[in-house]
Amino acid sequence: MIGLSHYLTVAAILFTIGVLGIFLNRRNVILMLMAIELILLAVNINLVAFSAYLGDLTGQVLAMFVLTVAAAEAAIGLAILVIFFRRRGSIAVDDVNRMHG
Amino acid sequence: MIALIAFYLFATLTIASAVAVVFARNPVHSVLWLILAFFNAAGLMLLVGAEFIAMLVVIVYVGAVAVLFLFVVMMLNIDFASLRSGFTKNLPFGIIIAIVLLAEIIVAVSAWNAGPALSNHEVPAAKIPNIVALGQLLYSRYLFAFELAGLILLVAMVGAIVLTHRSRRDTRPQKVWKQVARRPDEAVHNANPGVGEGMKL
Repeated sequence: MIGLSHYLTVAAILFTIGVLGIFLNRRNVILMLMAIELILLAVNINLVAFSAYLGDLTGQVLAMFVLTVAAAEAAIGLAILVIFFRRRGSIAVDDVNRMHG
Repeated sequence: MIALIAFYLFATLTIASAVAVVFARNPVHSVLWLILAFFNAAGLMLLVGAEFIAMLVVIVYVGAVAVLFLFVVMMLNIDFASLRSGFTKNLPFGIIIAIVLLAEIIVAVSAWNAGPALSNHEVPAAKIPNIVALGQLLYSRYLFAFELAGLILLVAMVGAIVLTHRSRRDTRPQKVWKQVARRPDEAVHNANPGVGEGMKL
């Protein structure tokens, strides 16, 4: 039967893929944001699984808040990306350090 | 048995599409794989009875976040080929880091002992529907946090608009002051003069 450890394993693999995505696409901000979404999805799966197996709904409430923050983060991140692209005509992360001063 | 098959189907598809998100050459394909990953994660959440969060994942992630990504990827004219330059260079080291991280997590999970509350391996049957229970909790005990979540979304919305809004010179926008300063005697109005009386100008 499916136990809690099954869900934890799936979430762990998803989290690792997200970290790998950030590591591999070091220059592409859009893919980094998508990898962050994958990581938050893994966190949500963990929260929901624990909440269900404990019979305690608090985990699902917290998962909803994580979802809210993820949506806000994606909106702000993409807005910053759009104005950065308008200014510089590229989204390479290496160019971002020119913003200081 | 059906639940077991469904779990392995959803889990495999989630992980496979997450891998495809990271390794896809075309960012549009990445976004589409991300959508598939979100759908399958929602299926995983449905299997443990978290219906509300599953539907929320579909609505918020697929309906809003993924579409936002799709818009940005397709509307900005980005040269993605040049952004992949460090990909193969980072690949071996990245895989090593990922394997070490995964091993650490799995060791940590297997070393962790479930307390007495988690000794049963079945999801306890819910007495009231998931959405009803979650609604009762959200609007009583977590009301303040719930309102705060709404405030976060408002700040994000205002922030995104402020960041991306620009006033352009080459367009003809609405002139609100002109409309507000308009007086009735300057306005054009309908007249129906009698025969032979002529128009009053």
